[in-house]
Amino acid sequence: MASIAMTSQAEDRVLQPSQLTLFFRYLRRNKSLAIGLTVLLLLVLFTVFGLIAVNPKHAYPLSAPTKRPPSLEYIFGTDFFGRDLLAAMAVGMWQTAVIGVVAGALGTFIGVVLGFVSAYFGGWIDNIIRGICQILTPIPVLLIQVVVASSLDKRDVTILTMALIVVMLAWMGPTLVIRAQVLTMKERQFVSVAKLSGVSDLGIIFKEILPNLLPFIAAAFVGQVFGAVFASFYLAVLGLGPLREPLLGNIIWAAQGQGAFFNGWWWWPIEPAVAMILILGSLALIIMGLDELANPRVRKSE
Amino acid sequence: MGTFRLVVRRLLFLIFVIWAASTITFFIPHLSSRNAIRERFAQLARTGGFAPADLEKIIANMQHQFGLDRPLLQQYGDYLWSVVHLDFGYSLNKYPSTVLDLIAQSLPWTIGLLFVTTILSFVIGNLLGAISAWPKAPTWMRTVATPFVLLTGVPPVLMGVLLIFFVGFKLKLLPLGGAYSVGIVPNWSWGFAWDMLVHQILPALALILGSVGGWVLSMRGMGITIQGEDYVNFAEHKGLGGVVIFRDYYLRNALLPQVTGFALALGTLVTSAIVVEGIFGLPGIGTVLQLAIQSNDFPVIYGIVLFITITVATLMVALEFIYPLLDPRIRQQ
Repeated sequence: MASIAMTSQAEDRVLQPSQLTLFFRYLRRNKSLAIGLTVLLLLVLFTVFGLIAVNPKHAYPLSAPTKRPPSLEYIFGTDFFGRDLLAAMAVGMWQTAVIGVVAGALGTFIGVVLGFVSAYFGGWIDNIIRGICQILTPIPVLLIQVVVASSLDKRDVTILTMALIVVMLAWMGPTLVIRAQVLTMKERQFVSVAKLSGVSDLGIIFKEILPNLLPFIAAAFVGQVFGAVFASFYLAVLGLGPLREPLLGNIIWAAQGQGAFFNGWWWWPIEPAVAMILILGSLALIIMGLDELANPRVRKSE
Repeated sequence: MGTFRLVVRRLLFLIFVIWAASTITFFIPHLSSRNAIRERFAQLARTGGFAPADLEKIIANMQHQFGLDRPLLQQYGDYLWSVVHLDFGYSLNKYPSTVLDLIAQSLPWTIGLLFVTTILSFVIGNLLGAISAWPKAPTWMRTVATPFVLLTGVPPVLMGVLLIFFVGFKLKLLPLGGAYSVGIVPNWSWGFAWDMLVHQILPALALILGSVGGWVLSMRGMGITIQGEDYVNFAEHKGLGGVVIFRDYYLRNALLPQVTGFALALGTLVTSAIVVEGIFGLPGIGTVLQLAIQSNDFPVIYGIVLFITITVATLMVALEFIYPLLDPRIRQQ
């Protein structure tokens, strides 16, 4: 990225809009990214203010009267076990976010490293990494996660181990995406020029290829967060989550186990379900938006 | 000769995948500190009350019967051999019945639900996606697809919860769950068949609504790229009718990658069906799995996981053999 020499006078005349204005202008064109980010921001605000406003202890059993429908005192109602669902939702969303971000970051990191190694060095390393990815792809990941989660001692299942279980089999996607991108980038001229002018392997990777990959890495990260939230939700709905925690999937699992709909306690399963739909929906919209950002060809077709 | 080698290579790949899956389901439980038999009998001892000394003897005896006191590698070999025979051992909770018995009892429910919903959502999704990308389709037809696209991110389970709430709980149109009404004894009558069918509508709807959007999106993307192709332009200039172009030039070409996508989506489809069954309390494999998880019935958990993995991987490879039927270019090579 060469900087063009400009006289100070010329610099004064060219009024560059700030980065923020440019960002908002782009958002106006990219509707799905804008809507997704807005919903996600609202969810984050709910979680943060919720955590400040309520006592997190009320998210755990026996802290409130049981089976109260939503009212002024308990806006979201309380459940069979005596949890204030407002507190449970705030804590549960926070835990969901922790799982998503931890697993997303880890999965993306592993994927980027493996993808780079695989594409840049090629040969037998590439063959091994690609082979493992290919063999693991037809295996339904959730089922393997079920095996791992059910083999664990119930006391060992925490928010953090949930994230680790989810990430164990989720790195193949980003690995293959980054590998494909590095493969095409390796042949571009700016890389050849750098190589000919004696830049080291690491220099090429960090200075030439990595900056160009950032949109893809960002998209892979959001995809990983989506996958992690989705997978941990499924595990929790199956009853494999940390049962004491008010994780959103756990609340639905508990509500179904107590026959919430049959007994008329509709608010109990509906609230975590709506929250989960908003989380996954906003992430899906952001993924679509980033796809457009990273892949201008999609933009053209609109 | 070429096809023969391809078939052999894909079959070898399939065997490799099954080996990898069985290795994972063998070693992960062995790495953990949980002892299924000990947990089960400790639970029984708490309720049944036999002496601790006897308990140790029973556990040792059971471990011997299940072959758990032999060296790890020998167990691994035995395990692989039994997987080849589709023998997943006995259920701990319903002892005389094997895991395969439990699977066989529940499988028809799951297959019925999956078969209907998968085909319906694939057909509906691809048609809607193709229409929404087709510039000559009327505007109202193209906008039909939009609500489905908005539902893409919603997993079928959550769709199920919402459907139970709105259709079952608020409107009281359909039952809240279960395979048939409480108090009815299963029998061969039209009334019972109708009752069963009514109970299947919501789970099926949840699965269809949850997966149609994905097909719409990918089909639309495919349709948009095909529109610019020369052969479509050529067909238009030849004066072919819109329906012929849509069906033979457009849908036919866009469908091939969709079949690949279908093979890749199989795993997700099956897992969604399993979780949805659990939410609705249908007596399929999903509910058996959920009950096994609740009661720590490890052989059942691992058996079901392995069984589904083998089935999905086999179907994926089988779908690849269908390509030549769909694509004349592959057939000629």
